[in-house]
Amino acid sequence: MRLAADQVEYRVDGRTLLDRVSLALAPGEVHAVLGRNGAGKSTLLRLLAGDLQPQNGSVSLNGRPLSAWTPRARARMRAVLPQSESLRFGFTAEQVVALGRYACPQHRPETERRIVSEALQMAGVGELALRRYPSLSGGERARVQLARVMAQIWEPLADTVTDAGGGPRYLLLDEPTASLDLAHQHGCLLQARCFAASGVGVLAVLHDPNLALRYADRVTVLEQGRVIGQGATREVLTKELLERTYGIAIELVHTAGEALPVVVAHPPTSRLSF
Amino acid sequence: MNPLLSSLRRPLPLCLLLGLLALAAAVGGLASGPLAIGGGDILGALGLGAAPDPTVSATILQLRLPRVLLGLIVGAALAVSGAAMQGIFRNPLADPGLVGVSSGAALAAVAAIVLGGALGNTLGLGAAGRWLLPLASFGGAALTTLLVSRLSRVDGATQPAQMLLVGLAVNAVSGAGIGLLANIASGPALRALTFWMYGSLGRAGWPEIAVTAPVVLLALLLIPLRGRELNALLLGEAEAAHLGVDVERLKRWLVLLVLLAVGGAVALTGIIAFIGLIVPQLIRLWAGPDHRLLLPASALLGGALLTVADTAARTVAAPVELPIGVLTALIGGPFFIALLLRLRGRGETW
Repeated sequence: MRLAADQVEYRVDGRTLLDRVSLALAPGEVHAVLGRNGAGKSTLLRLLAGDLQPQNGSVSLNGRPLSAWTPRARARMRAVLPQSESLRFGFTAEQVVALGRYACPQHRPETERRIVSEALQMAGVGELALRRYPSLSGGERARVQLARVMAQIWEPLADTVTDAGGGPRYLLLDEPTASLDLAHQHGCLLQARCFAASGVGVLAVLHDPNLALRYADRVTVLEQGRVIGQGATREVLTKELLERTYGIAIELVHTAGEALPVVVAHPPTSRLSF
Repeated sequence: MNPLLSSLRRPLPLCLLLGLLALAAAVGGLASGPLAIGGGDILGALGLGAAPDPTVSATILQLRLPRVLLGLIVGAALAVSGAAMQGIFRNPLADPGLVGVSSGAALAAVAAIVLGGALGNTLGLGAAGRWLLPLASFGGAALTTLLVSRLSRVDGATQPAQMLLVGLAVNAVSGAGIGLLANIASGPALRALTFWMYGSLGRAGWPEIAVTAPVVLLALLLIPLRGRELNALLLGEAEAAHLGVDVERLKRWLVLLVLLAVGGAVALTGIIAFIGLIVPQLIRLWAGPDHRLLLPASALLGGALLTVADTAARTVAAPVELPIGVLTALIGGPFFIALLLRLRGRGETW
């Protein structure tokens, strides 16, 4: 049971955005996708979400091609947090989160309200429940959207619950930390970890290798649409690979009392080469 | 805010209130006119009491009742179509009038009158003429919808801004077409053209209502069933798809229902501007954008407003009747600008 891309290729106007990329996301793990701007991270996420169809290769959900599932069945198993949001209509924050429950089997109204309010709490915006969404700051909106996608796959599907635990659920996060301050970046990924612990497979496109080191079990590193590193985070994210990925000098610093190294970038002093 | 007022934001109380408003507008419309008619006589004429004098009865049943029904149905159709289009395109300015659907329907109807009238006389169509007009109107609405949605697709996705610009062009061309037909038309056909440009609830009688209103009513009942999907769509098309909405199917279905409602409304009353734009906006301001409430509430308020506007149009300058589209645009235009100014700078445009 997994959400997997197998040797996918995606081209637009003769440009190859993804070249034979494979990635398998298993329930219970946090998987980070790293790479420079334009490396194909978001394209890979959109292929896994079913927004785009690969020209070659395939994407499957629990062993069946993604396109063979109905939109509703797919929505009950996987939620997607897009990179940017465009909601301009004046829903309250709790109404936005309740939209996440569209495809879910509806519980009694009290239960639905409890799920919405717990999701808002988890995302750290419980006190904003009655505020109008368009009046929130960028970071607050991002956290309300996080609450919405968590509410969408809040509980395992009753008909797919097995002895091994809940039915499989997947959460795809496209740069979830982009508009968050330092504390909320960690808060967001801590929530992702908690969610993974309850049996959800979490895929997160990230820019900060330190967040990947701390929160991801596995990592996929892309360069110009190709995988240049994939596997257990600590093993893959070496100094050499990070320097190749980002094209600048990198130092892994071990601080006292911390098991994890900290990635420190040393940009060339004369001129940044983009 | 005091508790009574804020409870009026809840679905049931708000719909009850708007329902009462529509009922009051209907009664007002039946009662007023050159011949003022009291409540007892109205009930009597409708068969709910002692039958009044035959003139009174005929005034109610043949003159005022069809107008009031038209006001309720067409007002509701325009408001619900506006609300649905604004949801589909996630743009509060998307309105069947603005994107050209209404004027396309009107052009086709006018062409049917001017060209078809001559044709019908020579062919002896007679009764078929009753069907010709609404069919032309639906056809015109369908053609313009197809044209506008094709032309406003950029990279496979409908662009709201592009759609408004295409609508602008379609409106200009349809207006020119109607003007051209006005030039070659003569006599009664010419007078009928004012009706199409500015709308009137006075042209259609029972036969026309019987032919067209059921289609409009059907669309009116089916559109509000899609409230939850429309809510999800406000997040964005990709987001709605992630939530499990079959976006393309939803859009096709709603566009079909909207063009049935608008095509029917135009066939019955001509172009009536601004109802579809303003009514949903008012409901959103008062009770938020939730389509499960917005769609039925817009239907009730739209019906009530158009009925009141029609009563005003035929009584303020009696015996002259103002074209109702002129009246709605006269009130609606400045009102809309006031709304835009009020909302500007609040970080949320709608």
